Amino acid sequence: MHAAVVVFPGSNCDRDLAVAFEAAGAKVSMVWHKDTKLPDGIDMVGVPGGFSFGDYLRCGAIAANSPICNEIKAHTDRGGYALGICNGFQVLTETGVLPGALLRNAGLKYICKTIGLKVETSASAYTAGYNAGDVIDIPIAHHDGNYFADDETIATLKGEDRIAFTYTDTPNGAKADIAGILSANKRVLGTMPHPERAADAGHGGTDGQALFRALMGTLASA
Amino acid sequence: MKARVHVMLKNGVLDPQGEAVRHALGSMGFDGVNGVRQGKVIELDLADGATEADVTAMCEKLLANTVIESYTIEGFA
Repeated sequence: MHAAVVVFPGSNCDRDLAVAFEAAGAKVSMVWHKDTKLPDGIDMVGVPGGFSFGDYLRCGAIAANSPICNEIKAHTDRGGYALGICNGFQVLTETGVLPGALLRNAGLKYICKTIGLKVETSASAYTAGYNAGDVIDIPIAHHDGNYFADDETIATLKGEDRIAFTYTDTPNGAKADIAGILSANKRVLGTMPHPERAADAGHGGTDGQALFRALMGTLASA
Repeated sequence: MKARVHVMLKNGVLDPQGEAVRHALGSMGFDGVNGVRQGKVIELDLADGATEADVTAMCEKLLANTVIESYTIEGFA
């Protein structure tokens, strides 16, 4: 698997994500937001957490209109895989690759802690390493993680088995407790919790490892 | 020429910041504030000849996220 990790001004989980991909056996290329082309032969695009362009206007809004995002959109339109974590999830909703939006946390506070995350489906390349119903410990660190979509969209996500993760105890007001969602073809995952921050014994938890290993299993031959 | 764009969260979208402002007003003794919604005003200084359609395109593409926000444009009579 060859993964590209996008770097925006303000990204701060880009290297963590690269390390998690590499630990699972992937080759990683870092890609700058001004690049107008993804490297040849990319199987997966990682959009990392942190910040982007100061997150002025709305989180991820300016990043979503940067040159590399046109390429990410073209990549996912072709059926390519993409993983957006935290700010990366916000960027993917702002580009329209994933439905809905991330609002300010209902309690208005930035929240940084490890939370319980329920795996809602194992039917995706990202969640195949878990069983539906598993509860895993994954860190969150966000101010705008309150997932919102209209009722019709939520019903579609549920009906198409596209809710990847829910919170066991929703910290941010997210509708239907949603922490992570999949695209219609299940090849794009957006998640507020950070699996790459629970992917090494040194992190204090390894519950995120199975996500990267499962991806590698699916994409190794691609 | 100048145009002004007002961006508000849509009805039905929780506005925790507006809610915090409402609480603050109440605790300061301003009674009777039933609700507060907080939005944004964006002023654009535009070259002559810009049209409302140009500003609408800016709103749709960047200035507002129409999943959660509605917008109104002022300045084109």
